[in-house]
Amino acid sequence: MQDRRSPFFATYYLIILFVLYFPLGILFLFSINDGVIFAFPLKGLTLHWYQDMFGNTELLQAARSSLLVAVASSVAATALGTTAAIALLRFQFKGKTPFVALALVPLLVPYIILGAALLILFAGLQVERSLWTVMIAHTIVSLPYALLVIMARMVGFDKHLEEAAADLGSTYGYTLRRVILPLIAPAILAAWLVAFTVSFDEFILASFLIGRRPTLPVYLLSQMRFANRFPQVVAMTVVVMLASLSLVLLAQWLQRKGTVSTQVAPAGQIARLPGFEDISFQVEGVGKSSE
Amino acid sequence: MWVNPVSEQPAAIELIDVSKRFAGQEAVQAVNLAIAQGEFFSLLGPSGCGKTTTLRMIAGFEQPSQGVIRLLGEAIHDMPPHRRNVNMVFQNYALFPHLSVFENIAFGLKARHVPQTEIRRRVVESLDMVRLPGLEDRKPAQLSGGQQQRVALARALVNRPAVLLLDEPLGALDQKLRKEMQLELKRLQREVGITFVYVTHDQEEALTMSDRIAVMNQGRVLQMAEPRQIYDYPATRFVADFIGTTNFIDGRVISIESGMATVALDGLGTACVPDQTGLVAGQAVTLAIRPERLRLAASPSLDQANHLAGVLEEIIFVGNDTQYLLRFEDGARFLIREQNRSPSAGGTGYQAGQTLYANWSPAGTNVLLE
Repeated sequence: MQDRRSPFFATYYLIILFVLYFPLGILFLFSINDGVIFAFPLKGLTLHWYQDMFGNTELLQAARSSLLVAVASSVAATALGTTAAIALLRFQFKGKTPFVALALVPLLVPYIILGAALLILFAGLQVERSLWTVMIAHTIVSLPYALLVIMARMVGFDKHLEEAAADLGSTYGYTLRRVILPLIAPAILAAWLVAFTVSFDEFILASFLIGRRPTLPVYLLSQMRFANRFPQVVAMTVVVMLASLSLVLLAQWLQRKGTVSTQVAPAGQIARLPGFEDISFQVEGVGKSSE
Repeated sequence: MWVNPVSEQPAAIELIDVSKRFAGQEAVQAVNLAIAQGEFFSLLGPSGCGKTTTLRMIAGFEQPSQGVIRLLGEAIHDMPPHRRNVNMVFQNYALFPHLSVFENIAFGLKARHVPQTEIRRRVVESLDMVRLPGLEDRKPAQLSGGQQQRVALARALVNRPAVLLLDEPLGALDQKLRKEMQLELKRLQREVGITFVYVTHDQEEALTMSDRIAVMNQGRVLQMAEPRQIYDYPATRFVADFIGTTNFIDGRVISIESGMATVALDGLGTACVPDQTGLVAGQAVTLAIRPERLRLAASPSLDQANHLAGVLEEIIFVGNDTQYLLRFEDGARFLIREQNRSPSAGGTGYQAGQTLYANWSPAGTNVLLE
């Protein structure tokens, strides 16, 4: 086994970082470049592309549409994912295995096929294409993510907790409210954030199913033809990129927090996990206020 | 329905012909139990013997495939767990990790809409009872295993159940803490006067705490009696072997005379045993003798009617005891246990390879018919 600090691994790691972040850095650079030609050297620094962007009503309209679709589809997918996860892991019913398989299929089907299929379906049903049809498609594709995130959390917590609640005189509804949902809350939030991100920058399904009002990715691509507007598009992508990045980081942080703070110390020893004290302190504050 | 003949109270828990099948497997087979009010009752057996399934049927987490379960005379086997007036202490405690100690203990009272002020009073009272005052605001993860155990107890007892069910609650604790908690549990049970049904695979634990023990194996109750009775007069070879250590030796009854039977031990001589069950000559029996009822000596002892000669194979020093392994002519071995009453730095005076006698009295012999 080679030493992890060896120059080989360090170089390897730096190359990966470069490949990942160099294009994004370029994007950022040209969003503040005073000129419409994408070539070095930069002409000078400016923020007027951002200014133009915020003055472009079509662009803002598209961003608002995307936001709307993303919020609606992620809420729907998370609600479905939560109920499905509870049903799948806590109740016995027929057709469980096919249900899971079917729910996860959208992960495997290429979006272009799913998009074409939904287009034909909506046409056949004489449903007019609109943000609604995009929302339905996005709900379908983000459901598997939500389901997997929540199921992972449900598997991680002790079934006996639900039995203990029932044993203490709690009805199933009360157990759901006071035990199950609080324990999977971080996962629900994480699932929602993932679903939101999936929807927000999704292009293929949206371009098949969009009506008169485009979503942001569809609009951005349509603007590529106009060289003088392109720097605005670049500015918008930088904004979206930063927003997505912070959402993903938030989702990960929430999920990690969820797993640490609800861990029960192994019997016979006091839990002193590194970084545990401050987290439990936060959670404790929440617990007190609900008393 | 079983009714206590002295107090005329119905049984706290009564199981009538209760069976449980999982996917064709008989986990519990036709179990009949009547546990008196205020009794400390243990279900003892190896893992997979059906003791936990029995407990879970009383709690309501499993439905019996057949049979009746009564709580204070009322049939409860069709009720969901939250409507049964019993509470359980889980093996891994199952404390709610997101709730404080106070909220954990208050959980059952809140679920049953007990007024706020009474909740506070009862939670504080139950924390005192398990000797954990002042820990209300901690989270379960901030407690030691022993403390979590006490919170689990308080959370169950605060509801004042008719019966407290305990599923190997001390299994996760270390040896020393376990001993402490055994006495503590017994004290608690005396104080609150609640019926305890205690599941364990630890025979010493069951003997220490219980008023009565039911020994289970393969889904059946093999013997149900007080600890002394179970230890001194195990009903079957399994019970004798599972509870403590026992030496077995097969033989055949030769004659019976005034309550004493003479048994021929296949080629090793004869032994004199008490006849409690109405033995008949010619009957095959197994003698079960506890290691501590045997005395090792260089010669047959005069006051201990029975003796067998063998070669000392091994001397095992275990601190408070010294154990000897004596091998007989036919290859069978007896374990003999003698207390170390004084320091014996120079050894015991016996050496491996010596021919010695295992002596015991007829009263120290248990006769098994199998």
